Amino acid sequence: MPTVPSLRSRWASAAAGLAVVVSTLAGCGSGGQNGPVTLNWYNFPDDSGALQQAADRCGQQSGGRYTIRYDKLPRGADGQRQQLVRRMAAHDTDVDILGLDVTWPAEFAEAGWIREWTGKLRDRGTADTLDAAVRTATWRGRLYATPYNSNTQLLWYRDDLVRTPPRTWAEMLATAEDLARAGKPHYVEIQGAQYEGLTVWFNTLVASAGGSVLTPDAQAPSLGPPAVAAATVMHDLATSAAADPSLPNQMEDQNRLAMESGTAAFELNYPFVYPSMKANQPALFPHFHWAPYPAVTPDRPAGVTIGGIDLAVGAYSRHPDLAFEATLCLRSRDNQLTNALKGGLPPSLRSLYRTEELTRSYPFAADVLAALDSASVRPQTPAYQNVSIAISHTLSPPAGIRPEKDVADLRGQIQDALGSKGLIP
Amino acid sequence: MTPPTRARDAALPKAAGPSRGARQERRLGLLLCAPAAVVMLAVTAYPVGYAVYLSLQRYDLRFPDQAHWVGLANYGAVLTSPVWWQALGVTVLITVVSVAVELALGLALALVMHRAVFGRGTVRTAVLVPYGIVTVVAAYSWQYAWTPGTGYLAALLPGGSAPLTEQWPAIGLVILAEVWKTTPFMALLLLAGLALVPDETVRAAMVDGATSGQRLRLVILPLMKPAILVALLFRTLDAFRIFDDIYVLTGGSNGTGSVSILGYDNLFTALNLGIGSAISVLIFVCVALIALVFVKLFGTAAPGTEPERR
Repeated sequence: MPTVPSLRSRWASAAAGLAVVVSTLAGCGSGGQNGPVTLNWYNFPDDSGALQQAADRCGQQSGGRYTIRYDKLPRGADGQRQQLVRRMAAHDTDVDILGLDVTWPAEFAEAGWIREWTGKLRDRGTADTLDAAVRTATWRGRLYATPYNSNTQLLWYRDDLVRTPPRTWAEMLATAEDLARAGKPHYVEIQGAQYEGLTVWFNTLVASAGGSVLTPDAQAPSLGPPAVAAATVMHDLATSAAADPSLPNQMEDQNRLAMESGTAAFELNYPFVYPSMKANQPALFPHFHWAPYPAVTPDRPAGVTIGGIDLAVGAYSRHPDLAFEATLCLRSRDNQLTNALKGGLPPSLRSLYRTEELTRSYPFAADVLAALDSASVRPQTPAYQNVSIAISHTLSPPAGIRPEKDVADLRGQIQDALGSKGLIP
Repeated sequence: MTPPTRARDAALPKAAGPSRGARQERRLGLLLCAPAAVVMLAVTAYPVGYAVYLSLQRYDLRFPDQAHWVGLANYGAVLTSPVWWQALGVTVLITVVSVAVELALGLALALVMHRAVFGRGTVRTAVLVPYGIVTVVAAYSWQYAWTPGTGYLAALLPGGSAPLTEQWPAIGLVILAEVWKTTPFMALLLLAGLALVPDETVRAAMVDGATSGQRLRLVILPLMKPAILVALLFRTLDAFRIFDDIYVLTGGSNGTGSVSILGYDNLFTALNLGIGSAISVLIFVCVALIALVFVKLFGTAAPGTEPERR
């Protein structure tokens, strides 16, 4: 019955449109009389209140020059990108600051939708900032955004089942199979559904095996033996006793729930699982420990994929200077600390990882920093979305992976994706 | 009104007295319809035409300056892609199976509603409940129900099975959700058809000694044929464009995507307006073919119109 939702959304958008008109009129009225300029900050929806607090704080600190309106994007990453793309394609002058997932700056920069950070701004936007995070905001040697928060995965395990955490995937699978034979919880929880999370898993493994998905100039697939090794690890896990039966449908949150329900021994996931375990399963929490992400080969640490948000200034903004300034304020040390403590998102400033306030609620801060220092970046190309879809479709379900053949297929598909040729599945 | 008619009106001022009134009425009718027709053209013909125009270009939403004509290349790319044929196969399968099951169940429900002696209102309301629930909400309920760990239905399956993660079980569950959702609609249309069957005819057949099966097969169904065809046409067109149930249940993963999902992904995720529009136009063509087959081959007419009496 498609008419009901569409009718409803039409009303909703009509109401939203009206609200925009009204607020724009109000904005014009006050803007004309030297009142503070309203800057629109489009970012992911945050329920903790940390982002709203940062927006309010920056508005107050601006000395009446601007206020920041925090506009919440949809929850899913695809929905966020779709809305931003539509606004920018329509040259929306009301988009001043954009919260971009770390995989989007190349695309937005190439389309000319975001402004470059140069000179002093560039220095201020990258000072004390994690290298890998700055790399995500850089396209063709120029800086197009400034890292806001960062994120990466750790290995979480239960120390009542596992004495010493495994250092490699082979060790982890062997331990899980021992646990299975002993009739104990033994699953390895990881993101196996056909979506971005699967691409992240593959990217991490390829980097851990010493390779990369694309060549450094982003013009062609690189892959090769490291990619075959990565696909082999995924296939081995999926066909072993360690695989959760739901693996081909699991995303981060299903992994968290499975770990909390007590069926798993290992979990590869972001730090948000830690406070969640504390709140939901106080009985398991004392046994819930963390370790570095397992390596593919013993001689090389894992290259865990970096995640997070970069802030960019919209190319059609009417107040670019104020927008740059407001962006720097939003990512200031204080605001990042609030975001980390209240919102649970790891900061992009190196020095924060050593402050006592952070380490008190992030006992794993040092491990996160170490992982971020050796982190890998997902393929940087304007066609990232198509490349990612090619990866997640080819390698799904993980149990059906044929390493040599699938990597060969992937090479052709990535080539097509880079040229935006043909259909995406 | 066309000029020749007007000219004739002028030439025969008085002779066509009554028919002139009728003609004026007709003209007034057309004039009153005109604003609606203009609006319809603006909101349907224009977008359809624009989609055809876009489908003939290489057009990336991110790089509008690089847009250029490619003729029918986009259609070539779609029609030679195994992805399109796979999605079309899934769509046809879902359409055929779900509409067939809905017809059988809908007919049974319609007969029950028609015959219900007491609690008629309650029965009809109960039957309509699934149709009243927002599709996306219902789809989310199904999704949770079939997910191991959170769902009561998944708990009934042997341990370790996650039906939404495998192609065939997932397609089966999409069909189940569709059937659950739209059988009431089918039943309602068939109930209207059932009301057209005169009671006397059925009773006469009974007097002639027809069994209940014979009455249904030889009397009721033939008389209901127009209603059945309309119901089938509506449902087939709807089912072919299936989107929301798949979007929520599987997101089109593991080979469960329909052509609409494919079009959406190419338009909104890949931002490829050319290919995406070509897919949309091809869906449009498929839908037009389905309607044509129903109207020309089976003689489906709008409910209430009887061709032989026109």
